Amino acid sequence: MFDYSYIIIPAIIVGIISRISMLKSDYRQYPSYPQGVFSHFTLGIVSASLGAVAIPALAEKEFSAVTFLALAAQQFRDVRSLERQSLDNIEPTELVSRGTAYIEDIAKAFEARNYMTMLTGLVVSAIIFFSEHFGVPTYYAIMSGVIGGVIAILFFNFAIKRDTVSKIAEVKPATITFEGPLLLINGIVIMNIGLKASRKIYLEKGIAVEINPYDANGVATLANMGQRQAIQHNAATLLGIRKDVDEPDFTPIARRDPHTGKVVMAIVTMEPDVNCLVEAVKSTIVLESAKRRPLDSKTGRKAAKE
Amino acid sequence: MDVGFKEDILAIITTNKELVSSGTTPIFYARDEDEKERVALLISKVTMGMVHDLENGSYVIVKH
Repeated sequence: MFDYSYIIIPAIIVGIISRISMLKSDYRQYPSYPQGVFSHFTLGIVSASLGAVAIPALAEKEFSAVTFLALAAQQFRDVRSLERQSLDNIEPTELVSRGTAYIEDIAKAFEARNYMTMLTGLVVSAIIFFSEHFGVPTYYAIMSGVIGGVIAILFFNFAIKRDTVSKIAEVKPATITFEGPLLLINGIVIMNIGLKASRKIYLEKGIAVEINPYDANGVATLANMGQRQAIQHNAATLLGIRKDVDEPDFTPIARRDPHTGKVVMAIVTMEPDVNCLVEAVKSTIVLESAKRRPLDSKTGRKAAKE
Repeated sequence: MDVGFKEDILAIITTNKELVSSGTTPIFYARDEDEKERVALLISKVTMGMVHDLENGSYVIVKH
């Protein structure tokens, strides 16, 4: 095994760096720090090692070793269901829920990132192995492997980058009015609020946005309830929601104008700054499971034109 | 396991006796607007439901 340490060790190290580059515990605090981050870091080491040893194992004619990759795939599928389960479990404790679509998206991202770590390990070990095979001195082979690995990291990070709402729609401040008990945002009915005290709070402290999709793709994506739930959750996380469990009146609801496909949302936050709300909505990611692209089809394009 | 009603009218609060009759949902009669508002708030806090105005002198409390 030590014959191949010059392949395996750099490959594992670059693989781990690749996992760390994707392991950002930002304002979402997911993976939660420190325990969640630590377990994913450890899994990253495992997946980097699996990717790194595949080619040396083949070179040694240990074909059965490759079945470990299949085992790894199984393992990482478990990571996905584990993440999904744990997020599902804490969902009732959220004042503004993430929604199942968002949870599924997060779980998917964790699985995919482990595969990318594995692939980075594989790329590095493959480059080192083959350059050595074709007579490149070991030192240069390792160097080119590391450089190839860094390019792979940059490529993968770019490849899994998700769009934000700002890319599919224009977000601008909107006004809240009441028509009797009905809460309206720019003329679109949101909900019926009975209590006069709640209406007063909405008028005094409520802020609202209008999300105008640029094209038919945006209309279809924003129609997805999971996507709207994610927007609500993100806004509530970033600005701080002003409600408790016994105040359903202040649950943010993003409603759709059925005529134009635009979405409006009102929220009562700790910091009633409408520009921050616009930023928060813009920075929400477009969920993979909510994304629709009708304009990629002939029928969709034709329907959009008419 | 959580068991409870959802998307269902839990209570009706009204100042107009003639408009409301119900077989299953409890009805609370209020003497005036202020009492109606107050009773609705109190019941909504207990049931964690939301108060909706029907604009005919009645409030309904719905759990969402």
